[in-house]
Amino acid sequence: MTEQSDSLNLESVQKRLAQATGKSYWRSLDELFSTAGFQEFLHREFPRQAAEWIDDDGRRNFLKIMGASLALAGLTGCVKQPVEYVMPYVEEPEKLLAGKPVFYASGYPVAGLVSPILVETHDFRPTKVEGNPEHPASLGATDVPTQASVLGLYDPDRLQAVTYLDEARSYSSFMLSFLTALSQQRASAGAGICILTETVTSPTLGAQMQEVLKQFPAAKWYQWDGQGHGRRSGAELAFGQYVNPVYKFDQADVVFSIDGNFLGSGPGTVRYARDFASRRVLRGGVTTQSRFYAVEASPTSTGSKSDHRLPLKPSQIPVFTRALAAAVSGGQASGEVSTSKFFQAAVKDLLAAKGKSIVIAGEDQSAEIHALVHFMNQALENHGKTVLLTAPLEQKATDQYADLKALVADLNGGKVDLLLIIGGNPVFTAPAEFNLRGNFQKAKTRVRLGLYEDETAEVCQWRIPETHPFEQWSDGPAYDGTMSIMQPLIAPLYGGKSAHNMLAAFTDTPEKPDYLLVREYWQSKHTGADFEAWWKRAVHDGFVKGSAAAEVTATAKMPAAEAAVAGSAMEVSFHTDPYVLDGRYANNAWLQELPRPVTRLTWDNAVVMSEKTARDLDLKDEDRVELAVNGRSVWGSVWRVPGQPDGTVGVSLGYGRTRAGRAGTGAGFNANLLRSASSPTFATGVKLKNLGEKFPLAAVQHHFLMEGRAPVREGTLAEYIKDPLFVQKETETPPAGLTILPSDWQYKGYAWGMAIDLTACNGCNACVVACQAENNIAVVGKGQVLNTREMHWLRIDRYYSGDAANPRAHFQPVGCQHCENAPCEIVCPVAATVHDAEGLNNMVYNRCVGTRYCSNNCPYKVRRFNFLLYTDWDTESLKLQRNPDVTVRSRGVMEKCSFCVQRINYAKIMAEKEDRRVKDGEVITACQATCPADAIAFGDLNDPESKVSKWKREQLNYSLLGELNTRPRVTYLAEIRNPNPAVGEES
Amino acid sequence: MSQPVELPDKIYVGPVIDEQHTLASISDKVGGVVLRRKITLGWTFGLLLSFAALQGLAGAATLLFVKGVGIWGINIPVGWGFAIINFVWWIGIGHAGTLISAILLLLNQSWRNAINRFAEAMTLFAVMCAGMFPVLHTGRPWLAYWLLPYPNTMWLWPQFRSPLAWDVFAVTTYLIISAVFWFVGLLPDLATLRDSSKKDWQKRTYGILAMGWRNSARHWQRYEKASLLLAGMATPLVVSVHTVVSFDFAVSLIPGWHTTIFPPYFVAGAIYSGFAMVLTLMIPVRKFYGLDDIITLRHLNNMAKVTLATALIVAYGYIMEAFFSYFSADKYEKFMIWNRMTGPYWWAYWTLILCNIITPQFLWSKKIRTSPGILWVISIVVNIGMWLERFVIVVTSLHRDFLPSSWGMYAPTVWDWATYVGTLGLFMFLIFLFVRVLPMITIFELRMLLPGARVKESVAR
Repeated sequence: MTEQSDSLNLESVQKRLAQATGKSYWRSLDELFSTAGFQEFLHREFPRQAAEWIDDDGRRNFLKIMGASLALAGLTGCVKQPVEYVMPYVEEPEKLLAGKPVFYASGYPVAGLVSPILVETHDFRPTKVEGNPEHPASLGATDVPTQASVLGLYDPDRLQAVTYLDEARSYSSFMLSFLTALSQQRASAGAGICILTETVTSPTLGAQMQEVLKQFPAAKWYQWDGQGHGRRSGAELAFGQYVNPVYKFDQADVVFSIDGNFLGSGPGTVRYARDFASRRVLRGGVTTQSRFYAVEASPTSTGSKSDHRLPLKPSQIPVFTRALAAAVSGGQASGEVSTSKFFQAAVKDLLAAKGKSIVIAGEDQSAEIHALVHFMNQALENHGKTVLLTAPLEQKATDQYADLKALVADLNGGKVDLLLIIGGNPVFTAPAEFNLRGNFQKAKTRVRLGLYEDETAEVCQWRIPETHPFEQWSDGPAYDGTMSIMQPLIAPLYGGKSAHNMLAAFTDTPEKPDYLLVREYWQSKHTGADFEAWWKRAVHDGFVKGSAAAEVTATAKMPAAEAAVAGSAMEVSFHTDPYVLDGRYANNAWLQELPRPVTRLTWDNAVVMSEKTARDLDLKDEDRVELAVNGRSVWGSVWRVPGQPDGTVGVSLGYGRTRAGRAGTGAGFNANLLRSASSPTFATGVKLKNLGEKFPLAAVQHHFLMEGRAPVREGTLAEYIKDPLFVQKETETPPAGLTILPSDWQYKGYAWGMAIDLTACNGCNACVVACQAENNIAVVGKGQVLNTREMHWLRIDRYYSGDAANPRAHFQPVGCQHCENAPCEIVCPVAATVHDAEGLNNMVYNRCVGTRYCSNNCPYKVRRFNFLLYTDWDTESLKLQRNPDVTVRSRGVMEKCSFCVQRINYAKIMAEKEDRRVKDGEVITACQATCPADAIAFGDLNDPESKVSKWKREQLNYSLLGELNTRPRVTYLAEIRNPNPAVGEES
Repeated sequence: MSQPVELPDKIYVGPVIDEQHTLASISDKVGGVVLRRKITLGWTFGLLLSFAALQGLAGAATLLFVKGVGIWGINIPVGWGFAIINFVWWIGIGHAGTLISAILLLLNQSWRNAINRFAEAMTLFAVMCAGMFPVLHTGRPWLAYWLLPYPNTMWLWPQFRSPLAWDVFAVTTYLIISAVFWFVGLLPDLATLRDSSKKDWQKRTYGILAMGWRNSARHWQRYEKASLLLAGMATPLVVSVHTVVSFDFAVSLIPGWHTTIFPPYFVAGAIYSGFAMVLTLMIPVRKFYGLDDIITLRHLNNMAKVTLATALIVAYGYIMEAFFSYFSADKYEKFMIWNRMTGPYWWAYWTLILCNIITPQFLWSKKIRTSPGILWVISIVVNIGMWLERFVIVVTSLHRDFLPSSWGMYAPTVWDWATYVGTLGLFMFLIFLFVRVLPMITIFELRMLLPGARVKESVAR
């Protein structure tokens, strides 16, 4: 052996391996393998240091390396399947039955308010979220962000490691330096510490924060969320104290909304939608309806459900609201706004329904409007009846704009040594004038606890991955203050830390787990000896029964008139997006691809304007325009939407993220750059410049008129009372049995069917996300949506009728209609779509060859085709989300709504075991379960007492395109509104 | 008696074959193209050009297998696009060949003898092009064989109520019959080539292909019987294949598809486009190979007449389609025709009317019918028109059907075009090869057209 320098010995191999970690381990083995020395070392008959064989430890290592090199040698050729052991449980985990999902009660915070949920888990993987039926804020339903939360959990773009200046570190090394920094602060009582959080509503977190402030009395705690500012400050303005309004829409005969979207997003939206719908639907012989007036600066799904809707320029809304406040409080309304029939009719209705009306302001509206609304509700004697005032839900309600100002002042004063930013994304969500991107860098040490490496994380040295709400213990209130206990459903996927962990670091017990923190907090509240049982019950139920916030009495005063902002020829109003909110859910592809109820757009926000405005400015859809306000400008694409007030544009916030992740980065434009703290809801003096090019917008629907086909049948309450069968007279439906195909089949067992009440449906799209989560529906991306290839099994069609400038909007959820004479079935050449004995139109994916003939022949166009490989087969984390009861489809096959056949079969198996029929209400489809408005009934048509059978017997029941003799199993109850005859055709 | 009927001057445009020809000169002229003619630059260029276009098909199909049919412009609601348009178009083109070789044979139209071989070859190649599309257009083309009825472990048959299943039978039958008919018809000529070729490899190749044809009376007798039988089998196919193809549309319930006029209207359209395609190909071939004494003006005139006649039937179809839509008083039907005429694809509809109804009216003029250049241009226009007809049927019916919410648009992608141009390349490539390696005109049938043959025939009778 002359080439000693080339050859290796075992020691040096071990040394080299020991230096390498993680991925580089394999790299160095590879290198080792390819060096001539290593080859020589392997092939030598007697290893150079035969002593290794005597040394037990060394021999084992030698064999290990030999084994590794042999395995690597195999990589070049055929790989033998590695031996994998199937390990049965020695002891079965509690409640775990393979194939049977387990539901855990928990909560999901959306902008501070916790949605009460039940999380379906399969083998400890959360796969689907349902509402908690026992919780008053849910009653089994959820809103859209909550429904999509499970995808957020598995988001592959989440921050996955602790980093310091972009280098991976361990959490313990962070703790070391953090605790050192804290001990340095102790001398000054923490004067250099600044903690910026979202709105803190968790009582445990609130208590922890008090503890921190006790330990570091000079430390600062600021909150910024951007959500609910008008609501909080408006209450303060009206009552002189923070209160939380809770509305009882089920008690209200007259509802007046001022730019509100209470059916679509915001606090209590799920319960409000249910309560509101309960006063609108006409099932079971009811012939009364509440009446709903809406004033809007930009059309929303809520305004679409109104009986009368008035588009108003944003600068006019304060003027209008003051006039309305004057009129309903016995004063004299003045000004032009008060002369309209709409105004006078509304005032008359409101005054006639004292104590039974609600005036509500939008979440995006200013404090002044909210204060006026409180004043009106008081004048209308609604307080304590339809509007309850409770203690604030925030642990410390503040004016968050003032908080931001103070924070920036501290930063500019060089007073901040340690800035801890917990959650939120203030760099993106704060108005541009605060320049948080620049100002944050004035803090010496910046620590960021967040789910993503987002815009805020970008300017922080330490980035700590935050736990998803499904990975931690916590607590928090629903809209009425009822406290949810959130339990973890899965161990942190990326070793994240919760806000509780972070604040614990300030105390004597920095490593205390969040379980103990939450439990001890509640133990301090519930001191009885029965705590253990009480706690178990609360965790099991997911919430503390009867913990709604206490009512307070407060007297509202008319807020002093602010100097009215002069209107201008062109104004812009800002709206929180109902799905991605302020951008916090921007990387959730389900939410990005969920069509907005009014614009029907996906993946982008738009510059929304009316037809007339577009014509005046000579703009067309998808024209790229520059929006300039006060010297700041952004660009977006024009989208014409009827009902937008002329001379205004509406834009949604939450888009234009620059560091959101693969789904959110680059979607839309950041309208936040135009906002200022002094007027966060709208801006005047807007300049629009046509940039002379197109920027395509991905809409899922392009035609909004019904073309005389009446897919949505509608009428007024008066018409319905006059002729309850008016719906049935609109078209003739062919008699049963009119078919050349043998139709002697009798559905003797079950006959599944669905009915959808269009009066209740408010187009919120929660059902669409629920369907997507339940049925493993792929996301296709903007490019594919542009070519109308979206995969949603359920879509919500939106039509307009009436006045073109301010039309009535109608929502209609359309999934597979499960026709008894199904046109798709007879044309499939391979029998891949077939009828079953219970009336389901089934899709056999394995048999489908993809001729798409079924889709062509479907008059409802509800079938969806995998034109390309849409399902993500590669991203490991996303595989965990998939529902194991539903086939994951690959490219080239057709798919469509299955009536959640997996749920039907589950219920049938359960019933069969007990030798009984499936009971009504046992099968709840995903869309039905999550519908906040309870607009969907599903069940057995052979059971005359089932909910769906009763709905189908209603006089308003009709089949979509029934004249085609497809005999759909899905039917609709016509939409009935209750307009005030005094307003007439005006709006 | 088969004395040629004296035609008035107004109609008579010349003989079916130049009277100067003899039995030997025909064999020599037609066979010479294959056996002795030098490979010309033009032919090489044409072959290479069509081969290059064929690569578009190869590339597009490869990408399609890798990525899926999503590379095309199809979507929901327009689930069928170029693939089905091209399928119907190619199948339609094939029909002229079958009509010429089968129906005209049975009707004893002897003028067909000069063009039937070529038309049959065109049929075969067109059906080959057509047959590719139904396979390519499926989402999982590797499973397209499930449309075939074969015993299998799944215990599943195709769904026989589906027109697509009927299509499979119609098209495969058509392909088989056309191929057999064409090949059987080639046998005597292959033997002629075998006998007159000088080179050994030619002798061997044509010898094998001729399958031992020895011109014996028994051979001829069997040949005639087989021809008649095959013609009898092919004749219903002229009507049935495109009828079944039209069922793909007519059986569905989509406005614009669901109409009883489709079968006859499709068949007429098929023959119309087929004759146009024969003209498109024949006119240049006749010129380049100096065959104007065999494929005479009489032929062009006759084909132009058939084209005109079918154009009128097709025009009737269009008018009836519009009338039924109006007369049905059905809102969906009414909208459909209105949308075709004034909707976003109005240009396709009106171009189709221009190409398929207006343009062929020129064929009323005998002068135009006997001017090969103008006729060629008209035939191209008709081909484009017939392609547009299928585009209008497939796309404008689907893109706006019942629910306005699901209305959409369709635009082909570069891969749609590549596939289409690729099949044109394949078609032309095969045509180029065909004219060089096989007698493009039926030698033995031409001989029958000669005065001498006719005398014998009359003597025999």
